[in-house]
Amino acid sequence: MEDIIKNALEAIPVLGHSLANLLGTPPGVYVVMAALPLVFILLYALVTMYMEMKVSAHIQDRLAYMYTGWHGVLQPVADILKLIQKEDTIPAAADKPLFILAPYLVFIGTYAGFAAIPFSSMYVGSDLNIGVLYIIAVSSIVVVGILMSGWASNNKWSLFGAMRSAAQLVSYEIPSALAILVAVMITGSMNLQEINHFQDGGIQNWLAFGGPLPIAKKLLLMPFTLTTFFILFVASLAEVNRTPFDLPEAESELVQGFNTEYSGMKFAIFYMAEYANMFLVSGVAATLFLGGWGSPFGSFMSGPVWGVFWFVLKGMFFVFLQVWLRWTLPRLRVDQLMYVSWKVMMPFLFVCILAVGMILSF
Amino acid sequence: MIDTLPIKTSTGRPLRKEEMVINMGPQHPSTHGVLRLEVVLDGEIVVDVIPHMGYLHRCFEKHSEHMTNYQQVIPYADRMDYLASMNNDWGYALAVERLLKIEVPPRVEYIRVIMAELQRIASHLIAVGTYGIDMGAFTPFLWCFRDRERILDLFEMTCGARLLYNYIWVGGLSHDIPPGFVDKAKAFCKYFLPNIKELNDLLTYNTIFVKRTADIGVLPADVAINYACSGPMLRGSGVSFDLRRDDPYGVYDKFEWNVEVGKGEMGTLGDCWDRYIVRVREMEQSVKIIEQALAAIPEGDVQSALPKRIRPDAGEIYVRTETPRGELGFYVISDGSATPYRVKARAPAFVNLSVMSEISRGCMIADLVAIVGSVDIVLGEVDR
Repeated sequence: MEDIIKNALEAIPVLGHSLANLLGTPPGVYVVMAALPLVFILLYALVTMYMEMKVSAHIQDRLAYMYTGWHGVLQPVADILKLIQKEDTIPAAADKPLFILAPYLVFIGTYAGFAAIPFSSMYVGSDLNIGVLYIIAVSSIVVVGILMSGWASNNKWSLFGAMRSAAQLVSYEIPSALAILVAVMITGSMNLQEINHFQDGGIQNWLAFGGPLPIAKKLLLMPFTLTTFFILFVASLAEVNRTPFDLPEAESELVQGFNTEYSGMKFAIFYMAEYANMFLVSGVAATLFLGGWGSPFGSFMSGPVWGVFWFVLKGMFFVFLQVWLRWTLPRLRVDQLMYVSWKVMMPFLFVCILAVGMILSF
Repeated sequence: MIDTLPIKTSTGRPLRKEEMVINMGPQHPSTHGVLRLEVVLDGEIVVDVIPHMGYLHRCFEKHSEHMTNYQQVIPYADRMDYLASMNNDWGYALAVERLLKIEVPPRVEYIRVIMAELQRIASHLIAVGTYGIDMGAFTPFLWCFRDRERILDLFEMTCGARLLYNYIWVGGLSHDIPPGFVDKAKAFCKYFLPNIKELNDLLTYNTIFVKRTADIGVLPADVAINYACSGPMLRGSGVSFDLRRDDPYGVYDKFEWNVEVGKGEMGTLGDCWDRYIVRVREMEQSVKIIEQALAAIPEGDVQSALPKRIRPDAGEIYVRTETPRGELGFYVISDGSATPYRVKARAPAFVNLSVMSEISRGCMIADLVAIVGSVDIVLGEVDR
């Protein structure tokens, strides 16, 4: 069965090849390649909305929605329909063009990041040789969008949220970039697909556990790679504005932060961008440190189709962790947030980078 | 206050640095009702806070003078501090009883203590839960509400109402507790104690929560006394003052319990965490009191013999009781007629709120939310 699918996938040039091989193909192919992550994001957003509500409900000893379909599974669809129908108000004093542009910019920044994420050994939107760098760079557009929304809303609370958000995202990009650097040092590549291939062969070869190196080196590397992985995960929480770093939209302080004035579809797009971003950072963490689409059992259950399964499973595991943390932890204060980034994460990462470099050079 | 920075803009004008005046409320998620705070901000730092209140003013005191008799004030007292209606009712009823110089039957005293302490737990649960929300943790709130439901169920079974009870009347109670109440209340006490521990694990000793509340909004004991703070606000500053012990009413002197005070365990004495923990520990003490009262509840009448229209002798009285928020005082003047000549309520939340600008200068916006939450205001009582 699996061989048939594998052959079928290889037979379809659209799915089987990376951007480099696609240069000779018609433009329609690009559209299909670009649309695949979008379809994924939309489906994933629905699933995650449902999951978040149910997980939070069970953490809080309640049931969440139960009436729209079996155990309320259709509720996310109903929510989206409601948001589409809703009146889309723009405040009279808002800077209209920027106000309208901002949510799309935030979404574009996240969506563009998906282009370099390898969903399987056979599918990656664009097989860039600097994939990691590209993701770090392109996801910074989100900051511009958020700042834009806060400014254009002409609301003091929104502006506060946007300013906090910009400061937070800029500070936390540095630790996450440094953490990614550790993975790049070990694999010697910035191509996510290559990093993934590097970790082939099961759970023992994952970078979080030292990668496929001789056992002595591996054991030496392991404490540092695990620390880096943990820091990357925490930094990614801050990058997607999730608890305990959800200050930009800190409800109890800033009403709703930068998206206070947004309603209807624009709000939905912010919402979707947040969920998409959650998966993006999870996907990057999974690809870099947990073998991406690689099966944890070596060749068992591996292959391009199983690859999608494993990748989505790992990504969703982190998304679940984010949801879990969100409904458990309180929120940090602005200065504490900066403290964690600059005075806790950075020194640890510098030590990790130094140690990994020294171990690798032996 | 405008400062000029040594930088010039492209047009040659000096760049100005201004403070920002921002309105927090009356429709803000963390003002616990319709409180409006005028906040002067320098970046994230709070320069000054001016609380504006009165959005929920319903003329409680004036209404009281225009009822046809003393009993009719009770439903209005219910609506003052709507999270602690039982305690309010008791305060007013006690004031009128002292004015009439009557004693209530012993069964009434015990039931009143049980009700007041259950209400205290319910009220503190909301204070603690919403404080979690202020800090960004949503789950403790719902856990607290789950436990509060049990208390409201007990109240519902007693008097049919879940929020505004009209149960404690002048001279007694509206009616006796129903059969089965004692067992259910005992079951609640047994059920509730482990949940406090659970709450502590989730929120109280959470590092982030401690970091957000310790050393924030420090209220020294002398300032607290000067501002006439009371309740957990005063006890959080380390002053052991509780009217249930220091100016006894009811049958509190028959039970064994402690007055909890802040000890500055996580930071400075009198910080937000101390005020928070005092509430959590008071819930444990309340459970203790309820258990003892349930075990010793005597049989008897629940109404003393009173004429239908009470006419106290001309005179005046000030009676203070300990509500979950602090010292609730009722100053009642009688001119010998069937309606009070004047009823003045000293609302603890109102007095406690006045110290807020004093302790929140120089903190950050997020801390301001922490401070407002730790004062535990109920706007129904602040505005009356």
